[in-house]
Amino acid sequence: MKRVYVNEKWCLGCHLCEYYCAFANSGKSSMVKALKDHKIAPRIRIEERNNISFAVSCRHCEDPLCVKGCISGALTIVDGAVHIDTDKCVGCCTCILLCPYGALSHSEAGAVQKCELCQKNEFGVPLCVQGCPNKAIVYEER
Amino acid sequence: MAVDFLYPPYEVIRNMDRCISCRACERQCANEVHKYDVDFGHMVSDESKCVNCHRCVSLCPTRALKIVKTDHTFKENANWTGKAITEVYRQAGTGGVLLSSMGNPEPYPIYWDKLLINASQVTNPSIDPLREPMETRTFLGKKPGKIVRDETGRLVPNLAPQLELSIPVMFSAMSYGSISYNAHASLARAAQALGIYYNTGEGGLHQDFYQYGPNTIVQVASGRFGVHKDYLNTAAAIEIKMGQGAKPGIGGHLPGLKVGPDISRTRMIPEGTDAISPAPHHDIYSIEDLRQLVFSLKEATNYQKPVIVKIAAVHNVAAIASGIARSGADIIAIDGYRGGTGAAPTRIRDNVGIPIELALAAVDQRLRDEGIRDQVSVVAAGSIRSSADLLKAIALGADAVYIGTAALLALGCHLCRSCQAGKCNWGIATQRPDLVRRLNPDIGVQRLVNLVTAWDHELKEMMGGMGINSIEALRGNRLMLRGIGLNQKELEILGVKYAGE
Amino acid sequence: MLREGQVRIPSGCAISGIFSRSGQPIRGDRIIRSIAAMHDRSNGLGGGFAGYGIYPEFADCYAFHLFYDDEQAKAQCEALLERRFEIASMSKIPTRKQDNIHDAPLIWRYFVLPRKVPLEESELDEAEYVVRFVLRVNTTISGAYVFSSGKNMGVFKAVGFPEDVGQFYRLEEYQGYCWTAHGRYPTNTPGWWGGAHPFALLDCSVVHNGEISSYDANRRFIEMFGYACTLQTDTEAIAYILDYLVRRLGLTMGEAANVIAAPFWSTIDQLPPEEKARMTYLRNAFSSLLVTGPFSILVGFTGGLMALNDRLKLRSMVVGEKDDMVYIASEECAIRVIQPELDKLWAPKGGEAVLVTLDHQKGGGR
Repeated sequence: MKRVYVNEKWCLGCHLCEYYCAFANSGKSSMVKALKDHKIAPRIRIEERNNISFAVSCRHCEDPLCVKGCISGALTIVDGAVHIDTDKCVGCCTCILLCPYGALSHSEAGAVQKCELCQKNEFGVPLCVQGCPNKAIVYEER
Repeated sequence: MAVDFLYPPYEVIRNMDRCISCRACERQCANEVHKYDVDFGHMVSDESKCVNCHRCVSLCPTRALKIVKTDHTFKENANWTGKAITEVYRQAGTGGVLLSSMGNPEPYPIYWDKLLINASQVTNPSIDPLREPMETRTFLGKKPGKIVRDETGRLVPNLAPQLELSIPVMFSAMSYGSISYNAHASLARAAQALGIYYNTGEGGLHQDFYQYGPNTIVQVASGRFGVHKDYLNTAAAIEIKMGQGAKPGIGGHLPGLKVGPDISRTRMIPEGTDAISPAPHHDIYSIEDLRQLVFSLKEATNYQKPVIVKIAAVHNVAAIASGIARSGADIIAIDGYRGGTGAAPTRIRDNVGIPIELALAAVDQRLRDEGIRDQVSVVAAGSIRSSADLLKAIALGADAVYIGTAALLALGCHLCRSCQAGKCNWGIATQRPDLVRRLNPDIGVQRLVNLVTAWDHELKEMMGGMGINSIEALRGNRLMLRGIGLNQKELEILGVKYAGE
Repeated sequence: MLREGQVRIPSGCAISGIFSRSGQPIRGDRIIRSIAAMHDRSNGLGGGFAGYGIYPEFADCYAFHLFYDDEQAKAQCEALLERRFEIASMSKIPTRKQDNIHDAPLIWRYFVLPRKVPLEESELDEAEYVVRFVLRVNTTISGAYVFSSGKNMGVFKAVGFPEDVGQFYRLEEYQGYCWTAHGRYPTNTPGWWGGAHPFALLDCSVVHNGEISSYDANRRFIEMFGYACTLQTDTEAIAYILDYLVRRLGLTMGEAANVIAAPFWSTIDQLPPEEKARMTYLRNAFSSLLVTGPFSILVGFTGGLMALNDRLKLRSMVVGEKDDMVYIASEECAIRVIQPELDKLWAPKGGEAVLVTLDHQKGGGR
């Protein structure tokens, strides 16, 4: 299965992936409309200290703790990817506590949000990958 | 002093309707032009630091940025231009030599743009490269000019060592030091993928790149940085750098600031020391001395490698080239005054040397007049900007070309001509690890391969149009060129007829 | 209007050749009939012939054929000729009046041998001595032009249709084991007699149909070796290339063909190692003599004939065989018109040299 992988060696810490993510999942027609004067809550985050930086988003684990712990059945594995059904999510945050990567977070809509590989939005392929200027994030089979 | 105040030449225009304050510009500008102002709650910029490299413009996700030339002006003066005046201020303030980088940007004639290419009509069919073979494979090196047969009458291979190129393009000399590790990695890997050669420049060869030896030309320059036996023997060819188009008459300069542990090891010089190459080779004060160095290098490599002698295109280039051809060199590389550099005194870059087109034409003709054109291959360098320039160079008489600036552009260079500052935002002309990281060689290699492959396609299309299906039939084929907007003397030197003739 | 040599004139053409492997004499009118069949491939602006074995009585002498514009040129040339050569015989070349042949220059023939002393003083071999004389006349004596200079062979050419040129020169009175012929279709020229084909240097004569795109690359290279391409024609350049490769460097005609019409790299790369190395060597070592663009050529030389097409075969050329006779022409009709029954007829591939030699020369010569 194709996943989003990060290569810390090439990450520039420009944070553009976060903005592309926020835009991709906004449902808006342009980045300006989506993000202007708006504090973003992206599903991918740059972790950085000193000269090291890298992006963190859902690894779509083969045996995901978040799915195991989900009390409402909102988190499921579909073709290897971990998806969330926001209608079923009760906002208990168990998944957030369980994820060792910190890849899940609250969404503005109330439910939990996570990277769904842009499969549910209009882009179809991860926009963070397309927006990365240095191929520090790649979407590939490994 | 107030007189030293110079209004910034560029202005950063930020479309506030579009800016989402993502701060990518701020994070990506090594010159610290952009800043998020907490009090204002939006981005601000200090254009006085801007070098117009377009890194911020290219990465801005909402296209909110552009850089424009300022309309601030001195009182108009065709003689004392704004540039002339500000340079006086700068020198009066510092007492220093003005430094610049990349090639001569002044508005001298560009002869490539005054040469037109022929095509077949009626009497001779054009050839379709999509349907027929179209050959651009090129060999560089001395040709024998005679044959030898063994006792059974078979031809004995009596060729001197040759370089085989799948496309008549090579990456010109750019040292590790002047450009980054990742830029070198990109060039080396692309040369291997393309079946061509890249050139180490005078900075030695990093241990990691010895694996690309069969596609590497190593340089021996006046500073002899990084030259040792393995370096010479690893390479496919050795280039003696006598001069460089951007700064004929002087040697390379690498400030100590850029000489970190890795470069120190590769150049075999102490960390932090300035690497200043002598202006001449101190063992070459004349042509007979050059011959000795050529043969010393051949001895050191057991006569297995072609030796290239690279010279800057200067006034007497044809006679110099003729001397080099007779000095044992296998290949002559001529670098025109538009050739690039990581740092050169501005006055030298902009005023010394001659155009590659004229130099190439003069050299090729001179070697033919003397009947020795076959004893050397000729490589033209110094601003080959497109496949059309490449084709014209070969028709004027070059065997192949070197591309430097075009290769750097493919890697992301935006020709801001600030290499000497060492803060290249594109990760090319810098040694700062955080900036070097910006050039991912996986991307760089692909872009270089794309560029050269695209040129090869275009070259083949144009050759086919002329009814030529092999590059050697284009070499020196000046009837395939016509001049436009040239005077009689220029036509004579270029050896071409006027359009309509 | 500029004369041939002052301007480069592309032309299309017809070529034809006949060769008797057993060395049987063939009368000149036979080749006239062959080339006449391709009348439409010429436009009356040039025709010519080369015959081999036609001067048995002066077989050891160089036969110089010359055009003179006037008596002054003739006197000047003969003065030089006499200093360098012993003249065994000289005469006007016999011609017959033809309605379609106009403005004939003075046409003279000399059978000569190099004078010993000047030859020795020149420190040149005999062939080079002759070549230098020919090039000197053609480049320095205005109004004089040597258009044939081989032994026991001769070139006959003029402005006109080839069949008229053949009649004009009374070719039915000559017999040889090999003939080549050329009908010219230049695009824009009043035509000059010297510019007609064949083009010959010593015993090597070339007729050519095509317009080579590599011309200036070839010319600028070959001129390094003392040749002067004064006519600016492809044929002249090809003749000099062959002279350089075969006479001066010592390649065989077959090897020369591998240089001029070298196989594509894609073909060379698939050859067995030894052959690949040989072909790569020839292509690389003499790369500036690769000829591209359309051509079909017939190269006559003492005892042999070579036919060669460009690598893509952009010009038609067929070969027919009947008993000991070999026929080569741009079109099959030019063969069938003189030999309706053939044992074999084929079109050689692009770049594939067809080499025929006299039977008694097999294995030797070039």
